[in-house]
Amino acid sequence: MSSFNVSDTGYYGSFGGAYIPEMLYPNVEELRANYLEIINSEDFQAEFKELLETYVGRPTPLYFANRLSEKYGAKIYLKREDLCHTGAHKVNNTIGQILLAKKLGKDKIIAETGAGQHGVATATVCALMGMDCTVYMGEVDMARQKPNVERMKILGAEVKAATSGSKTLKDATNEAMRHWINHPDDTHYIIGSVVGPHPYPDMVARFQSVISQEIKNQLSREEGRNSPDYVIACVGGGSNAAGAFYHFLENTEVKLVAAEAAGHGVATGKSAATTFIGKSGVLHGSKTLLMQTEDGQVVEPHSISAGLDYPGIGPMHAHLFDSKRASFYDITDEEAMIAGVELSKLEGIIPAIESAHAFAVLKKMDFNKQDVVVINLSGRGDKDLETYIKWGKY
Amino acid sequence: MNRINKAFEKENSILNIYFTAGFPDLRDTIRIASALENSGADMLEIGIPFSDPVADGPTIQKSSKQALDNGMTLALLFDQLVTLREKVSIPVLLMGYVNPILQFGIEEFCKKCKEVGIDGTIIPDLPVQEFLDTYKHHFEEAGLENIFLISPNTSEERIETIDAISNGFIYMVSSASTTGAKESVQDGQLEYYQRIQDMNLKSPRLIGFGISNSETFNIACEHAHGAIIGSAFINQLEKEPSDEGIQKFVHSIKKQ
Repeated sequence: MSSFNVSDTGYYGSFGGAYIPEMLYPNVEELRANYLEIINSEDFQAEFKELLETYVGRPTPLYFANRLSEKYGAKIYLKREDLCHTGAHKVNNTIGQILLAKKLGKDKIIAETGAGQHGVATATVCALMGMDCTVYMGEVDMARQKPNVERMKILGAEVKAATSGSKTLKDATNEAMRHWINHPDDTHYIIGSVVGPHPYPDMVARFQSVISQEIKNQLSREEGRNSPDYVIACVGGGSNAAGAFYHFLENTEVKLVAAEAAGHGVATGKSAATTFIGKSGVLHGSKTLLMQTEDGQVVEPHSISAGLDYPGIGPMHAHLFDSKRASFYDITDEEAMIAGVELSKLEGIIPAIESAHAFAVLKKMDFNKQDVVVINLSGRGDKDLETYIKWGKY
Repeated sequence: MNRINKAFEKENSILNIYFTAGFPDLRDTIRIASALENSGADMLEIGIPFSDPVADGPTIQKSSKQALDNGMTLALLFDQLVTLREKVSIPVLLMGYVNPILQFGIEEFCKKCKEVGIDGTIIPDLPVQEFLDTYKHHFEEAGLENIFLISPNTSEERIETIDAISNGFIYMVSSASTTGAKESVQDGQLEYYQRIQDMNLKSPRLIGFGISNSETFNIACEHAHGAIIGSAFINQLEKEPSDEGIQKFVHSIKKQ
């Protein structure tokens, strides 16, 4: 029995479950009852692998970052999810879920998006499969990630603005859930992270686990060993981290490191670092660590990166934190921007600001020269150029 | 016997009205409850506002936000409800999302409900199984009847399970939708009402979501034991929050 994967009842330790209104029960139950059988079936696996290879461009390279390694005194490899079609790891999951939706007989797709990466990845696979696509996005995020809004529209998706609350990812998720309640029969909801009611966290983690599977294979060739000493990833909801950690969860010799968005700093009230300032609660269908008031109202998060601007964290990560299986670092907006520019200048790779949070951890850790460190470079920075320009220190 | 069960013995066209605690004004809770009873409502649901009400449409979202902006909390609501039973004798339920209740502490929440004279609870995002496995005894000890929802997509088998564990009433969600007032009843809805009526469940049923006027209320009463009105009443409170406005609204639904 593994201790860091999901239990039969949908829990990771004390986190997880399916806290959904009855109106969503039939949909979520249909998924729960069928997802393992479908995704483990041979024809699903064949189609999934084929698309990951020929459409997404997998396997993505595991690149030895020479100059970064020199600077931080360790053997640092970058898992190049930024080279996936659409520019981030998000597409691994949307390919998986749209194939699943087809098997379940659904012909309409809805999704929520923060930075727009998941929205673009969803709009992309909907175009690929000829399915109707509606993406909810917070009004604030639509303004700060304009190119992605236009990308989704070019791909044929309808983008609907979430105008309640902080008008960011949390509110887009609320609107998508409401849409699903109103359209339960023909619609599949492609959640973009390892959040939401069971089985979503496990299902999304499985689709993203191709990342750690490839890391194992590639490290064997490069280093003659199939596991690194460290895996570092940024965590908002936590899908890229779940994918990068997945095959190492039970191998406790691999140190798992998560970078959370501290915004202006965890003590400033303008932060999204859930494990530092959250406590156990229920949002969007699962029990997890959640930023909230004493009265149980969800607190509006802040991060410079729209993809990490979420007041919760996936239940798997809440458990990794609680059980101390992973170590968590709080990375401020400023630290992330500095790390993003540093990677650009040292390796010629401009990372998404989400991913830059993972690189900022390097300054806070001590390595031995022989340590093998894998950083999950979850997305590229094209969508963030405006933020880099506004920040200006390069 | 709980006030809820007594109400169903006495009346078979129950008018149950929902309002959000702390809306439109922070201190309106007892006044509105009392005005509703005096106007002829048979049962009340007081909503605990939550920042992320995913099962609610725009009207209740807005009232929840205003209530929170006004400073409403679950602790404050219980303080206000201390005088509830001096003013109100009809059954009163609390309705809210699970997170504020979890933070308050479920055991403590049940105790407080008992202290102030609450008869039942509706917690839409607390799953049935979770309730049965973990929390049921706290509700029973406090004499609280926890109400479960069914929707047009709920399977017959699951409806029977819910019927078996229900001891107040079953909350029938009228269509696949979030909350919000609708003018009329759609064809598919009547089939669903009839299908459930024909199941001969042991529990009484109240139909909610989309009930807004005497027409939709009367149709609900033909197929169930009454109906729940929320958004339409919130709209009324926004326009005319006075006791007279409340009375006008209740009389427009249910002739005395």
